[in-house]
Amino acid sequence: MRSVYISRATAVAARSLDGEMMIMSAKDSTLFTLNPVGTIIWQSADGKMPLAEIVKQKICVEFDADPAEALKDAELFVSDLASHGILVMSDSPIAQPELHSKTVTRGS
Amino acid sequence: MSLMQEFGQRALDRGVPLSVQLDVTYRCNERCIHCYLDHDDHGEMTTAEIRGVLDQLADAGVFFLTLSGGEVFMRRDFFNIVEYARSLMFCVKIKTNAFMIGEEEARRLHELMVQDVQVSIYSHRAEVHDAITLLPGSLKRTVEGIRRLRSHGVKVVVANVLMMQNLSDYSGVIQLAEDLGAEYTIDPTITPMMDGDRNVLRLGLGVPQLQDVFRNSDLVGNVDEFCAPPPAMHEDVLRELPCSAGHTACYISPYGDLYPCVQFPLPSGNVRSQKFMDIWLYSEQLNDVRSITAADLPVCSGCGHVGSCSRCPGLAYLEGNMRGPSTQDCQKSFARTGIESANMRLRKTGSVSSGLVQIAALPS
Repeated sequence: MRSVYISRATAVAARSLDGEMMIMSAKDSTLFTLNPVGTIIWQSADGKMPLAEIVKQKICVEFDADPAEALKDAELFVSDLASHGILVMSDSPIAQPELHSKTVTRGS
Repeated sequence: MSLMQEFGQRALDRGVPLSVQLDVTYRCNERCIHCYLDHDDHGEMTTAEIRGVLDQLADAGVFFLTLSGGEVFMRRDFFNIVEYARSLMFCVKIKTNAFMIGEEEARRLHELMVQDVQVSIYSHRAEVHDAITLLPGSLKRTVEGIRRLRSHGVKVVVANVLMMQNLSDYSGVIQLAEDLGAEYTIDPTITPMMDGDRNVLRLGLGVPQLQDVFRNSDLVGNVDEFCAPPPAMHEDVLRELPCSAGHTACYISPYGDLYPCVQFPLPSGNVRSQKFMDIWLYSEQLNDVRSITAADLPVCSGCGHVGSCSRCPGLAYLEGNMRGPSTQDCQKSFARTGIESANMRLRKTGSVSSGLVQIAALPS
C-alpha cells in the first residue's frame, strides 16, 4: 500500500482554541474548523510522518479507534482538506517551511 | 451564528485574545491633520523584542494580527516582522498609506499571504488628499502603491476617514476604490490625540453632515432600517458588553504599552517588562474594563439608544470616564434617529460636567 504524506499549506492562518483548530484560507478567506481528531491530524502534518503512522500513533491511541477504519476516515478527511488548499498531500515526504501551530487550551 | 461569530463567542467565554493590533512604529512620512499620534520615536521595540511579543501572542491564542503605525514601512525590518508573524500562522492584516509600496514590496506581501492591506484615501482629488496628509504627491503615490498590490492579487481595503475637509468627496473615493478593484470602508470618527488633546475634534463632522452621510443608501444600505428609532429597551441589553476591547482584543504600542484598544488608551501594562499573558489575565485595568456591562453605565443605561448605540468606551474614556457617554456616539445616534440621547438631554440642563480627561500614568 502506498504511503501518504501530508503537510500544512502555507497559505493559511491557523490557531487552535480548546483543542479545535480554526483555519482561514489566505486565498479566499474561507474559514474552517476542525474537530479534535482533525486537529491532531493537522498538527501532525509535518510532511515527514506518513498518514498511516499518524493515525496509528496519535489517533488510535488517543481515541481507541479501529486502525483500518480510522485510516479510511483520515484519508477522506485529508483529501477534503487538500481540495480546499489548506493541506498538501504527496506520496513522498514533503519539505515544508518552519511553521508554528500554537495551541491554546484554557478554561473559562 | 457564523463560524467566525462562534469562535468569537468561544474566545470571549474562554478569555482568549482573538485579535491584537500591534503598532510597529509611530513614525510616519505623512502628517495627517487629524492624526492622533506623536510621530517622534521614543524608543520603539527592536526586531527581537517584537518577535518575542509575537511568540507570546501566538501562545495566547491570537488569530488576527493587525500591523499598523505610524507608517509600517518606515521600519526597515518590517518584512522581517511580517515574515515571522506569518510563520506563526497569524491572519495578518496591514494598515499603510502605500506610499512606499513598490513592485518588490507588493510581490512580498502577496507571497506572505497577508489577509488584506488597508490604505487610507481621503479624496480622489490630489489637492484635497494631499492637503490632509500634508505630503505633496501623496495621493498619486498611494494610488500607484494600491495598483501594484492589486496587480499581485493582494486584497486592498480603501479606508475613507471623513472630516469637514473631504466631506463632499466620498463618492469620488468610492468610485476610485472600485476602479482600483479595492473594497471601501468609511469612518466618520475623528479620534482625540492619545495624550487626551481634543483640538483635533474640530475637524470632525457635525450632526447635519452626519445626517447626510447616514441617509445615503450607498453607504448604509437600507436607510429606513439604519435610521430607525431605537427598539424598546430590553433587560438583556443591560447585560451586554460594550465591545471587544479588553475582552477578545487589545492594542500594543511600538513602545510595548498595552491598552484595551488603539482608541482606548488606558495604560494596562507593558510587554517589555511583563509577560503578555500576565497583563492579559491579571491587569487591574483590563479586568476593570471587563467588569463593565451596559447596566453599569450611569447615564447610558437609562438612555433609549443603549441597545443600538455605537458607544465607544475608549472615546468615553478620552472624554473623562470610561463608564460615561461618548458624546461623538451620542451625536451619531441623534443624527441617525433624530432622537436625543440621555447625555444630550442632561447637557442641555447643565447636569453633566465636560471635564477633559487626564491620561493616567501606568502604576509603578
